[in-house]
This record gives sequence, C-alpha cells and structure tokens, in this order.
Amino acid sequence: MPAKNDPSDLIRRVRKGDHAAASRALSLVVDEDAAAEALSKEFFKSAGTVQKLGVCGPPGAGKSTLTGRLISRYRKLGLTVGVLMVDPSSSLSGGAFLGDRLRIMEHATDPGVFIRSLASRGMVGGLTHAIFGAVHVLEALGCGKIVVETVGTGQDEVDIASVADTVVYVTTPAMGDEIQAMKAGAMEVGDVFVVNKADLAGGDKAVADLKGALGLGRSAGQAPRAWEPPVAATSALTGAGVEELGRLLDAHWEHLKASGEGRERLKRQHATELQFWIHRHVLRRALERVDGKSLDELLAHKTDPASLGRRLLKA
Amino acid sequence: MDKKPLRILIAKPGLDGHDRGAKVIVRALRDAGFEVIYTGIRQTPEMIAAAALQEDVDAVGLSLLSGAHMTLFPEIVKRLRKAGLRDVLVFGGGIIPDEDVAPLEKAGVDRVFGPGTPLSEIVSYLNEKLPVAR
Repeated sequence: MPAKNDPSDLIRRVRKGDHAAASRALSLVVDEDAAAEALSKEFFKSAGTVQKLGVCGPPGAGKSTLTGRLISRYRKLGLTVGVLMVDPSSSLSGGAFLGDRLRIMEHATDPGVFIRSLASRGMVGGLTHAIFGAVHVLEALGCGKIVVETVGTGQDEVDIASVADTVVYVTTPAMGDEIQAMKAGAMEVGDVFVVNKADLAGGDKAVADLKGALGLGRSAGQAPRAWEPPVAATSALTGAGVEELGRLLDAHWEHLKASGEGRERLKRQHATELQFWIHRHVLRRALERVDGKSLDELLAHKTDPASLGRRLLKA
Repeated sequence: MDKKPLRILIAKPGLDGHDRGAKVIVRALRDAGFEVIYTGIRQTPEMIAAAALQEDVDAVGLSLLSGAHMTLFPEIVKRLRKAGLRDVLVFGGGIIPDEDVAPLEKAGVDRVFGPGTPLSEIVSYLNEKLPVAR
C-alpha cells in the first residue's frame, strides 16, 4: 500500500472521486506541504471547466445557509457540489473558529457533496493564500459546481472576483440605503446580487435600493455591459426565491460561455494565481533571510528598511 | 515556515441541545491556536464521521450531557475508523460518570474530561498528543 501522502496515489484517488483523498490533498495544498506542488501541477490540468460561484457579503447575511439551499437545488439537478468556506484566523493566536459548516450539516452524509472549511491564515480580503490550489482539488474531484464562500468582510472583498466565475453578493434588508450600495468595493464586482432575509421588514425597499444603485447608468468611457447584474430576493430560512436565484446563476454561466467573457475571467484567475504564487515564494524567501544581525543593524540605524529589504531580496 | 495549525472538530452527537460547554471548548481551542470546526447540535455518528473526513482533522472532541455517551461515543469511534480515520484522536466530555470512563477508553475514546476540567488541561493534552503521524 502506498504511503498516505504519496502524491501520485492521491492524484489517482482524487480523480476517481475519493473524498478521503481529496481531503488529504486539500490539507497538503493548504499547508503548503512539500508535496503540494506536485499535486497542484497535476490538478491544474482540469482547471476552469465548471462554474465557480463566489459567495460574499457582510457577516450574518446568510451566506452559508443560502449556500446550503443552493446545494440542495444543484443536487436535485443531479450535479455534485464542492464547497470551500473561509472564516478568519485570529491574528492573536493563529487559531480560528470555522463555523460555516454547521449551517449546512444536512448535506453532511451526501456523497455528492464535499465541504471543506478553511481558515484565512493571515490573508485579508476574505480568502486564503491557497484558495486556487484548493479549488483545483475540487475540480479534479469532479464537482459539477464549486462554491467558494468568503469571510464575511462585506465592503472590500474584491479578491473573490479573481477566483470565482460568478460573484454572488449577499446582503440583507438591514444593510442601509442606496448610498451604501453606491460605494466602491464588493458592490462593483457582484454579478448577481441577493437580498437575503427578504421576508423581514424592509425587504422590498432593499431590493429597490439595490436596483436603483445598480441602475445609475454608465460613467463616461465605460463600455455598455453585456450582463447587467440582477437583484434576487431570497429567504434562505424558508427557501423562498432560491430557485429564481439558481436560474440567474445558471444564466450568468451561460452568458460567460457564450460571450467569451468566461475565457477572459479564467485568464484573470490564472494571472492572479500566478501573482499569489510569486508573492508567497518571493516573500517567504526574503523573510527567511531576516536574522537577528540584520535587525540589530536596523535598530542601530546603520541601515534602513528599504536598503535592507533590497539586500534581502537580492541575496 | 511557521507551524501549521492543528485542526479539531467539536461535535454534539445525539438529542442534547445544551452546547454552552462545547462552545466554551471551541473558544478556548481557538484562542490556543487551533483551527476549530463546530458541527452544531443533534448530529448523528455518520454526520460526525463525514465531517471529520472532509475536514481532515487531527482530533474529534465530543460533548454530550444526555447520558447516551455509552452508545454514541463508541459508535462514533467505530464510524471514524470505518471511514479510514485510524489516527484521529477522540476525546470527550460532558456528564460522564467515573465508572463509564474505563469502558469508553476501551472502546477507543482516547480521553474523557469530566466537569470542572481546567481548559488549560485540555489544551495541553492536545498539544502533547498532536500531531499524530499522518
């Protein structure tokens, strides 16, 4: 029997749909283990074939519960689903409470659903360094749809637009007026907007506000958009509106495929993945060269951070 | 590179909705640098084993106050092992009478923590036992 972390064995088993192998492969990729590169190299070959949904929005908007509802819909359509749910790591302890999974435990024993909780491990922007590698594992596993749920950061999580094909921005009736919806950030990258908890007071107004903000027209120099982001109203609790949302997500995927926009997005995703890789490796190599002696020089003001930094990057 | 955080699944099996204790453990482990996944209440042994498998955890902690631990804990150990998770550490707590501890350990529960156990004791136990070679 091959060793448990043997890359070629893991690759073979993941491709056959083995959840245990996918789980271990994810650990190796996320932990940036020595075997991770061999795995990612292989898994990258199957990248970009199925729709990746990026679910973002403020904490408590109902992203996880809504994801659970979407999983049910896809399962009924006969699709398998892979889910990555990112929650924040503590900057103090390095630990994390990964509390998204419990919202969708009803899918725990469904062999057609694979769910993995990830900690952000020091990365801001709602994602984690290894998110691309993790997505590629699920692609190799053969998932028919992939959902990436970000840390609930809300306004500034634009990274998700470089990971997902379809960005779903989830908000609630209590999130403010159209002025909030006009702000830059995540509002700019949503492909489909969702007012969840729309059964609460103010649901209709929230939908109208969002539509109003999205419909303010083009600014000078902007090309007309082939896809105008729609607004869906849902209640993840009761399931109301989920089917309509699902159809919008399907329509966006069809649009991406038909318009060539999907290819453009995939290119951007791969470019970002490369950027992450370079960033991680150059940064790590340079940081590993920081020693007590160089810090002493800094403290004695014999050098400065910029000069020292240049030296460490060149070494 | 910095040490990778250890991953722990905290689970509430059976029909017991009292999860204050489980949440206290979750919080303490988070603050001690673990990545903690919580299943929520009323989980079946199958659900717990599936979650442990997909999350690739180093340990599973079970909390139960209903008295069904003699049935559920061994069943969960069995399911974990059947899922191929041979090395995952299993620990438990809740209202567990002293005389049940030995049979539970015999059934594969690595450690039982009774009421009043200092959180630091659980943290040091996990830090000492983990990671198991995987």
